[in-house]
Amino acid sequence: MTVKKLTKGNIALAEGAIQAGCRFYFGYPITPQNDIPEYLAKHLPEVGGTFIPAESEIASINMVLGAGASGERAMTSSSGPGISLMQEGLSYLAGSEIPGLVVNIMRCGPGLGGIAPTQGDYTQAVHGGGHGDYRNIVLAPASVQEMFDLTIKAFELADRYRMVSIILADAMVGQFQEPCRLTPEKPIVMPDKPWALRGRQGRNPQLLKSLYLGPGEQEAHNLDLQKKYAEVQKNEVLCEEKFLDDAEIMIVAFGTPSRIAKTAIRMAREQGIRVGLLRPITLFPFPSEQVRAHSARIGKVLVVEMNTGQMLYDVKIAAHKDAAISFYGRPGGGIPFPNEVLAEIRKALE
Amino acid sequence: MYYDIIMTGFGGQGIQTISLILALAAMKKDLEVTYLPSYGVEKRGGRTNVYVTIADQEIGSPISNTPSALLALDLIGLEFYQDMLEKGSLLVANTSLIPEDRIRVKEGVSVLKVRINDQAVAMGNPRLANMITLGCFIGALPVLAYADLEAVIGEVIPERLRETIPDNLRAITRGIEIVKETR
Amino acid sequence: MNRIFSRSECLTDTPTHFCPGCTHGIAHRLVAEAIEELGVADRAIGIPGVGCCVFLYYYIPIDTLEAPHGRAPAVATGMKRAQPDKIIFNYQGDGDMAAIGTSEIIHAANRGENITVIYVNNSVYGMTGGQMAPTTLLGQQTTTSPYGRNFETEGYPIRMAEMLATLEGVAYSARVSLHRPKNVMQAKKAIVKAFEMQINKMGFTMVEILSTCNTNWRVSPTEALDVIENEMIPYFPLGVFKERTGKDFL
Repeated sequence: MTVKKLTKGNIALAEGAIQAGCRFYFGYPITPQNDIPEYLAKHLPEVGGTFIPAESEIASINMVLGAGASGERAMTSSSGPGISLMQEGLSYLAGSEIPGLVVNIMRCGPGLGGIAPTQGDYTQAVHGGGHGDYRNIVLAPASVQEMFDLTIKAFELADRYRMVSIILADAMVGQFQEPCRLTPEKPIVMPDKPWALRGRQGRNPQLLKSLYLGPGEQEAHNLDLQKKYAEVQKNEVLCEEKFLDDAEIMIVAFGTPSRIAKTAIRMAREQGIRVGLLRPITLFPFPSEQVRAHSARIGKVLVVEMNTGQMLYDVKIAAHKDAAISFYGRPGGGIPFPNEVLAEIRKALE
Repeated sequence: MYYDIIMTGFGGQGIQTISLILALAAMKKDLEVTYLPSYGVEKRGGRTNVYVTIADQEIGSPISNTPSALLALDLIGLEFYQDMLEKGSLLVANTSLIPEDRIRVKEGVSVLKVRINDQAVAMGNPRLANMITLGCFIGALPVLAYADLEAVIGEVIPERLRETIPDNLRAITRGIEIVKETR
Repeated sequence: MNRIFSRSECLTDTPTHFCPGCTHGIAHRLVAEAIEELGVADRAIGIPGVGCCVFLYYYIPIDTLEAPHGRAPAVATGMKRAQPDKIIFNYQGDGDMAAIGTSEIIHAANRGENITVIYVNNSVYGMTGGQMAPTTLLGQQTTTSPYGRNFETEGYPIRMAEMLATLEGVAYSARVSLHRPKNVMQAKKAIVKAFEMQINKMGFTMVEILSTCNTNWRVSPTEALDVIENEMIPYFPLGVFKERTGKDFL
């Protein structure tokens, strides 16, 4: 039997990073993710790793760029205000195709906001943030076990596609505790990185850059990136599909709202209301095909988020044209309780 | 089974300790468990609010506004949460610190009033109040058995306080007895 | 026939994109020669900043990583920590390092990152067309200080070499110039010294190089050399501001 330990989400993530072979962490303190740097400051040196308390989030992400360009698994973590500062670096990492992991344990905004759980950074993570036509791989854990497993997955995907992976978790997932298996599901394999800059010895000089000034060069580079993103969309979608077979309405939710939805679904089914759940685990690539297929069959969709409707747009784009889509959201640190979600389910079914 | 439990009081009452014992004991029994110790702004100002959910099936929400049980160790905590209690749920109220006339729960909520601090003093150590509370809880709502708590208490009590374990166990037993005496 | 001078093996046979008369190409050559002479070309990695220096990779055929504007010291930190046996250097201009990148340079220096920073100071933003930089001299006219830099509204030019010399993590901080052959020789020595100290793991090394920007200064190439002599050096004195002699820090 696998040994499980009662573990806090942020700690599971940090331990997952170490087990994934990440040996470089750079970061600047911000609540509610400080458990991550504190854990890594203590435990990275035990495995020969490097922890730098960087002077800013701007420096942190650029240190990730330097270590990532060296072919190493490197990461940083932060929350809203810090992630905003990293957007410049994220764009450069995308443009120069350097892999890395960025963790956003979301706090509410705009501005300094507050430290309560929220999902207000969905659009920033999934659709932009930095300048240019680029994507990040975005993974949304909803349990402590996923904080561990998806961190490992995030490094694997980042290396495979030479992209930045973002773990987008709300503060609830970061702060609560669950029994967790703290060993990888399968052995960690470190891929070869012939593109890494390690000195030109034995080969021609190499270059990692995002500046293309020649005629047509930048367009060609962009089209290559898009080809890669299409591959990611084709191969890497992850989602949980639950109770959908007999459902008369489908909830789409990620992270903590998906957990709350599960309780609401249990309550609903006790009352004979057949509700199902589609939980995107990857936000990019978004499970558009699954949303389309289920919404075509079920017809009614309720999107639940801890924001004013950000993933909602992706659901609307993906859903079947005849599907009726409703939304329930609590922004700014408001948490939708199960009975509130149940009330929304009833409303949507009227 | 599916129990979502809220424990509320102020820092120093030992709520973190008893909630962790409960969570670990549930885990050891291969039950599903989520555990959210005091979080965020609520932690400032010395409040302690803990959510523990224990179930034999997948747990959805780690928080609840319709808890199966509320353990209120002071008046502020009681007043914040008592309206959430629905018919069939349990309130354990520490009437050493809560005036009885402030308890106003809906009909059908089972209320256990215990002067927990006084009981602890009677046992010779006011710091045993948290364990008496834990005993009262499992006495009133058999989520877990005494033996389950006994099996994990050593993991929770720090090394330097090891010699207090027998007293703590006695206090849990006392809590269970109090429930029997009350009913 | 005795060959007494040739192009460094670490310099490609490519005409530079620099304006005629700009001394930036000399700075490139000195770096290339230092890398060749110290025998570290196979393990050297260059990190140019943004601006006129960004095309470093066209001219110095070693592994090269592009950094966002001003962030090269943070990028170099990540890279050097990942590969402590490599010779990592930044190549930044004054608009890059002394303005947008002050935070990154100060903290990399203060941590004593074992990297070398080549800092080219020509007192303007060159590539974007000659706007005022923090290094622009008092009274100097630029496209964004058309009435001349005024200390009451724009403050004084920032002296990076002196400032960094105050930090404990810095092993070497010097200012050199490229306006006379003698100065070019001194600049070469300083650059070699900085790389040597990195090889010997002595900590952070920085060489500030005063360089011309005759195009944006709107003077002829030879006049530009005199501007360095008569206007820049009086404010930005040449010299070694810090040189650690041992590995012991404090």
